[in-house]
Amino acid sequence: MDIKKYIASGILELYVSGSLSPEENLEVQHYAIQHPEIQKEIEAIEVTILELTAATSPGLQKDSFKTLKSELDDVIPFTPDSLEKRTPWTTYLGWAASVLFAVGMLWMYLENDKLKTEIEITEQERQTLEEQIRQAKEVLVEKSETEQLLNQLRNKDINTVALGGQTVSPESYAKAYWNKSEQKVYIDAKGLPEPPQGFTYQVWSLKLDPLTPTSIGLLDDFADNELLIFELENPNESEAFGITLEPEGGSEGPNLEQLYTLGAVGP
Amino acid sequence: MDLDALVKQFQKKDSYAFEKLYGMYAENICGVIYTIIKDHERSQELCQDVFVKIWAKSDTYDTSKGRFFTWILNIARNAAIDELRSKTHKNNKKNLQLDSFVGILKHDKDLNTKIDTIGLQSLLKGLKEKCILLIDLLYFKGYTQKEAAEELKKPIGTIKTRIRACISEIRKNRNL
Repeated sequence: MDIKKYIASGILELYVSGSLSPEENLEVQHYAIQHPEIQKEIEAIEVTILELTAATSPGLQKDSFKTLKSELDDVIPFTPDSLEKRTPWTTYLGWAASVLFAVGMLWMYLENDKLKTEIEITEQERQTLEEQIRQAKEVLVEKSETEQLLNQLRNKDINTVALGGQTVSPESYAKAYWNKSEQKVYIDAKGLPEPPQGFTYQVWSLKLDPLTPTSIGLLDDFADNELLIFELENPNESEAFGITLEPEGGSEGPNLEQLYTLGAVGP
Repeated sequence: MDLDALVKQFQKKDSYAFEKLYGMYAENICGVIYTIIKDHERSQELCQDVFVKIWAKSDTYDTSKGRFFTWILNIARNAAIDELRSKTHKNNKKNLQLDSFVGILKHDKDLNTKIDTIGLQSLLKGLKEKCILLIDLLYFKGYTQKEAAEELKKPIGTIKTRIRACISEIRKNRNL
């Protein structure tokens, strides 16, 4: 179909004036939907006719629609007020309400965020405090352990034996605190060098006549023992204590060539 | 809101939509009525009556009847012609001859008239008499193309091409 020719035919002018038959009306509508140029042309013709007819108007009476409206109510009542009254202030009220709501939501969101942050900070503080308490407890435990140890060493039943350095290590020294009634010996190994890798110190209870060594224990985990005081069981009637360096795990009998310290129990 | 949506709302008896449409077309409807009955006050009254009718008949309009403006234009023309034929009017007015819409330029001697004659004159500038006659028949009197062809003793094809040429001239005048 030749759209330009169709427009030029004048049928659209007759469509706007209402001079066509119903069949021709339908035809024009059909083409107008299919071709936007035709729809545009119809609108342009209508605008021209609107201008022409408006130019013949005798003018409207004052408040003509108000007067009309009062007449209309007698014919068919207007739709309910809610639909009818779209006065600006209700619109503004709606907008104002939604803006207020949005601001409120934003405020709530920010408040919530603030509270969350506060909770996080509190949680962190709580953890820090817990850590401090834990450390304080540890200190207390250590302190009480140390105190207990000190009390043990200060016990009046304790027999203190000084062990002097021997040929292998003349600089070395140690002390044995022997509580005979409780059958315990505390070895203070502060004066001994750290044993080399794969070796450990072994403590011997000695009978002197004849010389009979009895192992009473190893000074294991030497490097990790901060105080370097070891608690050992000693049920023997010891006359002397000696400390030798032995392979890890200890030996059946002492290697006297590696005797570091030795001391006799006083009367 | 576009026209189609506005008309749909109006058909749902939405008075806000109706007020909008009234604002868009009241001057046109009143103008067409005035060119037919040529009575200032009476045409304003009749114009209001026509809009009451449009409101009451809103559900009878559908797009198959053409443009919304064409539909209300038709209602207005019929109402004005009925008015012209009524006896009450005959008693009021002696001169009943149906001259063209341009007649209002001569008819209206009322100095208080609100008719935008300057606008009308400039729109019709340079238009031939046969154009004005055809525009009057088709747009202001509601003749069908067949009726116009018979009235002017011209084939329908000529009516079509002539109205196209006439309206095109007004469109040119609008753009001046």
